[in-house]
Amino acid sequence: MSSGNVELCRKEAAMMAPTESPIIHLASRGISPVILLIGLYVFFHGHYSPGGGFQGGVLLAAAILLLRLSLGTSLSQPIMPSWITLRLSALGALIFAGIGLVAVLFGGNFLDYHFLPMPWLDPAYLRYYGILMIEVGVTITVMTTLVSIYDDLLGC
Amino acid sequence: MKTLQYFLLLAFLGILVIAVTSLPPRGDVTAPVHQHVNPAGTLVAGTYFIQHAYEDTKTPNMVTVILADYRAFDTMGEVIVVFAGGIACFFILNVRRRKP
Repeated sequence: MSSGNVELCRKEAAMMAPTESPIIHLASRGISPVILLIGLYVFFHGHYSPGGGFQGGVLLAAAILLLRLSLGTSLSQPIMPSWITLRLSALGALIFAGIGLVAVLFGGNFLDYHFLPMPWLDPAYLRYYGILMIEVGVTITVMTTLVSIYDDLLGC
Repeated sequence: MKTLQYFLLLAFLGILVIAVTSLPPRGDVTAPVHQHVNPAGTLVAGTYFIQHAYEDTKTPNMVTVILADYRAFDTMGEVIVVFAGGIACFFILNVRRRKP
């Protein structure tokens, strides 16, 4: 399955054909957005109930891996190309460390959200949004690292 | 050689069991770790976090506050470990074949 001008996968030999069963196709295409939604819910609900960046990231990765397993390479690569996964993973770790460095630049300790440059917020809510921002970095790193490990196993 | 390995394993198991049995029981207020006076002015070390978690961050989930605010440096280490695992899998599994 050589895909003309678009290079979907770094190795052509590792292209994985979609499964032939239409039931698996339809079921995975229906279930995957629901898993994505639950993952986002778990991520955003980390402030109020068990959840947070790690768990939400794993659920988001599960949704993408379900599509990778059922739809094959040519249909699931455009959703999250395998060249972008490790870069997004590094970006997530950099978001986390960058929030800490921003706090250092504005006169606080490392990862002290009290010093983030948002003066219209109360200090307590500054910490609230600081926690939310670093959870974004955790989620991106966990999700893309899991997808990247699957792609490495496939040789993609 | 194998008997030596088993002997070492058993020796470390014995050290571990001795160390675990000599720990203070869980929740013991008189344990040495709780004798230090914390910023809240009480003896038990976790009291400060329990009393101030909601007022400091307006976040109801105390676990999130401790993981992402009071111990954010620890969580950053965890994220970097996950990223390092991804990098290691990339370099081990994603071997490009040399062109003949």
